[in-house]
Amino acid sequence: MAIQTDVDMEALDGILSATPDIDSGDLIYILQEIQTAYGYLPRPILSEMSNRTSIPISRIYGVATFYEQFHLAPHGKHTVRCCRGTACHVRGAQSVSDAIARTLKIEPDQTTPDMLFTFETVACLGTCFLAPVMMVDDDYYGHLTADKIQDILERYT
Amino acid sequence: MPDKKIKSLDQLQSLKQQLIADKSQYKARILICMTGCRALGAQAVCDAFRRQLAKSTLADQVEVVEVGCIGICAMAPVILIEPYDYLYGKVKPEDIPEIIATTLTGGKPVERLTVTEDGKSLPKISDIPFYKKQQRLVLANCGRIDPKRIEDSIAAGGYAGAIKALTQMTPQLVIDEVTQSGLRGRGGAGFPTGIKWGFCSKSPGDQKYLICNADEGDPGAFMDRALLEGDPHRVIEGMITAAYATGATKGFIYVRAEYPIAVEHINLAIEQAQILGLLGEDIAGSGFDFDLDVRIGAGAFVCGEETALIASLEGQRGMPRPRPPFPAVAGYKGKPSNINNVETFANVTVIMETGAEEYSDIGTEKSKGTKIFALAGKVKYTGLVEVPMGTTLREIVFEIGGGIPDEGQFKAAQLGGPSGGCIPPKFLDHEIDYDSLQEIGAIMGSGGLIVMDQSTCMVDVARYFLDFTQSESCGKCTPCRVGTAKMLHILQAICDGKSEGIDLDELIKLGENIKLTSLCGLGQTAPNPVLSTIKHFREEYRQHIEENTCQAGVCKGLLGYEILDVCVGCGACKKVCPVDSITGGKKALHTIDKETCIKCGQCFTACKFKAIKR
Ligand SMILES: Cc1cc2nc3c(=O)[nH]c(=O)nc-3n(C[C@H](O)[C@H](O)[C@H](O)COP(=O)(O)O)c2cc1C
Ligand code: FES
Repeated sequence: MAIQTDVDMEALDGILSATPDIDSGDLIYILQEIQTAYGYLPRPILSEMSNRTSIPISRIYGVATFYEQFHLAPHGKHTVRCCRGTACHVRGAQSVSDAIARTLKIEPDQTTPDMLFTFETVACLGTCFLAPVMMVDDDYYGHLTADKIQDILERYT
Repeated sequence: MPDKKIKSLDQLQSLKQQLIADKSQYKARILICMTGCRALGAQAVCDAFRRQLAKSTLADQVEVVEVGCIGICAMAPVILIEPYDYLYGKVKPEDIPEIIATTLTGGKPVERLTVTEDGKSLPKISDIPFYKKQQRLVLANCGRIDPKRIEDSIAAGGYAGAIKALTQMTPQLVIDEVTQSGLRGRGGAGFPTGIKWGFCSKSPGDQKYLICNADEGDPGAFMDRALLEGDPHRVIEGMITAAYATGATKGFIYVRAEYPIAVEHINLAIEQAQILGLLGEDIAGSGFDFDLDVRIGAGAFVCGEETALIASLEGQRGMPRPRPPFPAVAGYKGKPSNINNVETFANVTVIMETGAEEYSDIGTEKSKGTKIFALAGKVKYTGLVEVPMGTTLREIVFEIGGGIPDEGQFKAAQLGGPSGGCIPPKFLDHEIDYDSLQEIGAIMGSGGLIVMDQSTCMVDVARYFLDFTQSESCGKCTPCRVGTAKMLHILQAICDGKSEGIDLDELIKLGENIKLTSLCGLGQTAPNPVLSTIKHFREEYRQHIEENTCQAGVCKGLLGYEILDVCVGCGACKKVCPVDSITGGKKALHTIDKETCIKCGQCFTACKFKAIKR
């Protein structure tokens, strides 16, 4: 994937000036803010942030790559989150996850080439009574079976 | 703006009386779960109620209240109507005119929306078996108050216990009370809370911190989420008491990112408590200061471990470090810190309200109080369950949970998530508490309780948990990083039907060694699901290894699909096959191409004639 170089710094300015006396303790919070603003963590933004805060870039990357929430590449227009929690697993989540992969032709943590979908698996969506369950953006789909997946995903364009 | 700050316990009590009086102007209240039930359309139900009531003559007499989890999630969306205490499930906007006419106007239940038992309608919540055996102390307000209004919490008695502690007791007296109550940490390990507070209180330091662990990492558990969403003030109140007892003046609630509603509610609750002077400087005129902030996790299971959580709060990679020093000596920023689980703090509030003596009457000899379980999996009534310690598994699964649906058979219950174990049917009548569970190879854990039936393969479950812990291992220590990968490799081979030369006793030995040598609780407990399933379900492992069969029909590597000659050629299987592996003319025997079949099992589910064998 091409690395974007022409990223707008304005949002970063706002985030950094809203947090006075930045130290390493604020790192996760700031990365969360950056991801909310840009949709992911663009490399030029992270370099610029390091320059302005004196937090070493190695530390920033160390944290950004440790936590599952952060991603260094842009996400697709829609995010499909398939639960792989225990309650869902014993009710057949694996076959649901396989069906999503088959339909989108990508594996978990990948994005379709047309940038329409990103596919993630999560540990538990906290709606175990709907097991097996997936979310597409903010919509829940519960009591899933493999044969329902294609229909649901086709609704998102 | 007038100063709304509460300056004494008396002021709080008179505010409470006034709020109760205000509430009595309503003839009825409709409580709608707006947390978990949102996933099944609670918002639409709530909006429709508001719209239709506004147009009716009842507009000023009926209050619509958005509440947290009512408990019986299997019936979502759930509503409860006070004062009748009628519980309705699977409510749709179309049902509302009938509810208004029959219940709100006529005072009678709408029977088709109630829980039924042996064909009999049970409208009243207290008659429903799901609630009968429960003792809802910690969850008393959950599903009964609007968590977004501090007034609702105060009217229900909120903050009185903490303010009493701050104004009438010394910190040491509070610690003694909690120690006497017998409360043990609900985060999993069950360490006595009062004793932990004592360590932090005695630890020298100019600044101390209090941390609430709301990372709830067990996949398949949602107790902490429900508490934060449904009754955040109970948790904050418990934290105020704890802060006073330990001498902490700054606190954090570390919530996992997957819980946006919990984050919203807890932030709102903190803000409202600050406005009323129940958080911040000079709490309720007591002279005690305590500030509270929310921090959102970034998705790492290991961050539930206390030292990793502290590293994460400090903005580092969430890696655990060796203890000692314990957080009570050197925690956040190297200062003495006390860390407890959400449910532990909520229990503290109960103790300050009822007193240690009454509290310690509940439960077993060594495990006091109640425990909340998130009941899920193959059970009829999934949901949130609060029972006294010492309740048996049979009571929880069969009496409260209504047993196994679809005429299934109970095979095991998994407790304690990735650190826990599977309990077989022979222990159904075992009383559950911290110590009794340990005896049978499981742990209390945080409260996830997943029921399994004959369609669950225990080898696959063990493989599943190890896959989880292995991918969540932070990689710092070798036994956990390399050992869990090795165990997973072996289990994967068994599930794939490549088990030549695998010796279960070697696998057990490997597991025991990982437990003994890992740095933190993640590695020290990761082998548990494997060890407990080998212990209780060894025959199933043997069948996988020696006979290449998976009776539950889960392990793909051991399955082959075949169409028998009872096939009537209806074509249902051909239609669902995602890889076009099935051929056959209309009304003729179909066949599956074994080369291209991906063993997804969709044909097996689709066939109505039991013509597909696996
Ligand atoms: C891998 C791992 C994950 C944990 N996850 C949680 C968790 O999600 N929530 C929690 O309260 N405690 C969790 N704990 C336990 C904490 O380390 C700690 O013991 C607990 O927060 C103490 O609170 P308590 O005394 O109130 O139980 C976890 C421990 C380990 C080893
Ligand atoms: S296990 Fe899937 S929502 Fe909880």
